[in-house]
Amino acid sequence: MNRNRSMFLLSALVFGFAFLYIPILSVILYSFNESRLVTVWGGFSLKWYGELLGDRQMLQGVWLSLRIAAVTATGAVIVGTLAGLVLARFGRFRGRTLLSGMVTAPLVMPDVITGLSLLLLFVAFAPLPFVPDQRGFATIAIAHITLTLSYVTVVVQSRLATMDDSLEEAAMDLGARPTKVFLLITLPIIAPAIVSGWLLAFTLSLDDLVIASFAAGPSTNTLPMMIFSKVRLGVTPEINALATLMVSVVAIFVVIAGVLMARQEKARQRDVQLAKAGDGSVTGAPA
Amino acid sequence: MAPQSYVTLGERLSNGIELLLRTVTHSTPYRWSNRMLRTRGVTGRTIVIAVPWVWLLLFFLVPFFIVLKISFADTRLGQPPYTDLFQWVENQYLQVRFNAGNYLFLLQDSLYAQAFVSSVKVAAISTIFCLALGYPMAYGIARANASWRNVLLLLIILPFWTSFLVRVYAWIGLLRNNGVINNVLMAFGIVDEPIVMLQTNFAMYIGIVYSYLPFMILPLYSNLEKHDQTLIEAAVDLGATPLRAFLRVTLPLSMPGVIAGSMLVFIPAVGEFVIPRLLGGTDSLMIGRVLWDEFFSNRNWPGASAVAICLLLVLVVPIMIFQRYQLREVGGDARK
Repeated sequence: MNRNRSMFLLSALVFGFAFLYIPILSVILYSFNESRLVTVWGGFSLKWYGELLGDRQMLQGVWLSLRIAAVTATGAVIVGTLAGLVLARFGRFRGRTLLSGMVTAPLVMPDVITGLSLLLLFVAFAPLPFVPDQRGFATIAIAHITLTLSYVTVVVQSRLATMDDSLEEAAMDLGARPTKVFLLITLPIIAPAIVSGWLLAFTLSLDDLVIASFAAGPSTNTLPMMIFSKVRLGVTPEINALATLMVSVVAIFVVIAGVLMARQEKARQRDVQLAKAGDGSVTGAPA
Repeated sequence: MAPQSYVTLGERLSNGIELLLRTVTHSTPYRWSNRMLRTRGVTGRTIVIAVPWVWLLLFFLVPFFIVLKISFADTRLGQPPYTDLFQWVENQYLQVRFNAGNYLFLLQDSLYAQAFVSSVKVAAISTIFCLALGYPMAYGIARANASWRNVLLLLIILPFWTSFLVRVYAWIGLLRNNGVINNVLMAFGIVDEPIVMLQTNFAMYIGIVYSYLPFMILPLYSNLEKHDQTLIEAAVDLGATPLRAFLRVTLPLSMPGVIAGSMLVFIPAVGEFVIPRLLGGTDSLMIGRVLWDEFFSNRNWPGASAVAICLLLVLVVPIMIFQRYQLREVGGDARK
């Protein structure tokens, strides 16, 4: 019976992972296809990569999207970390329920609603001073920060929830001001959460089509918008090449991050064990 | 060796931060503004709370009220393409023009009602498929041994980091008439002519399940991983079959994960635009697509706003369920 269960779970895993990875692998495979037709394997070629690198418009889109993503990730990390800190450490205050509601709702809110509402906000506020009249970089970045800061908040908040606050209390007791405690104690401890929050916000921003389409002006074309308009016309091998590049960059990053994190975790566990083993012998150890 | 080489990077960094803090706090503008704020009862704590609070209020909550307002406006030619609700007549009377026509139109034209029904249906069926595939996967990962578990988790998260648009696009290449799947099926002589899969509801379901599967697996996994195995052993020792032990112990305990995962799939899927547009048929009536077309093709901003408000009303209950779960799960306790 137990064996049956394992077999069932194993086949579910195999099927599930095949389902998740076959499409990605097929894109990678066909990006090296000489032929324009997806039907035929025309032999190995790097032709589409060359074509991609020659496409100035596409490269401009890539550059614009990368800049927006970097600004978004940085902004989202600042606001999102503050929100996470406030929700995890500040106890009760007026407006707490509203804040936690406003943090979780964007996680599930359909993009079309968020996009439309932000666009109408930008249009309604356009006559006011300090508001850019032209929609473009700034409005997309604001929209993306709003979308992604929730993810940062959730990551930071759950890191803070699992973290013991006795270190912070000790620093406070020793006379450190709250700002100093945050910068010297809390920030280094939640740094991994902030880094993964930054990367998450970066990828989400780089990937977003719907909200950017609403928030962008007529002359702004981000990478996802370009991909979308090309894909609507059918499969283009150039997109295969672009997709392969994006997937490989992400895969390399994620694998490196995973290895580093696993190594760190192992080192931490070893330290914990050493500390535990050391406990008993402390009295006997030479000073 | 010089003694300062023993100073670690961390120490140097913290020394730097201390110095920076001291310089800032001793500077005249800081002290001045600090005194100004303090006399008005504004503390650093208030400012830290205010930053995310004001940001989200301004860019998340307020926009909904603007959508609500514009959903009662009329379309007009020009920029912006809607009329103002409030107008000062002769600088003394406030004229309010409320136009419920957009909502009446939504009610009258059966196309919208159909779109809402079919969106909820498609999202619900996709959620069930995600659950059926995701639950055994999450359970399998949670029961795998520790070294495998991290690798498998990484493999679940990896697609999440790659472009969603690209992953949806990948299915076009697989599902087309002369795509990979049909080629394989015809090469093995299973079918004689290609099966039409792209631009059907089938392709749309595949796309949604595929894109949202990680959102189902991750909360399920984080729940299943915490289960105490001894409970199952106790149930089995007391004579329950493994199936019965699963149904009576594991499944009820995992309900929070099931609910969280389902909401993470269902709610965005109802308003999904990209997948129906790229994989679904031209006749696929998804509300996200209707809203998009209303806005971009018809330039009917008030109409699109009314659709958005109705969509929000449909989703308000699922969103509240999700929030209750999220509040309980992620350190929602106000400890102090």
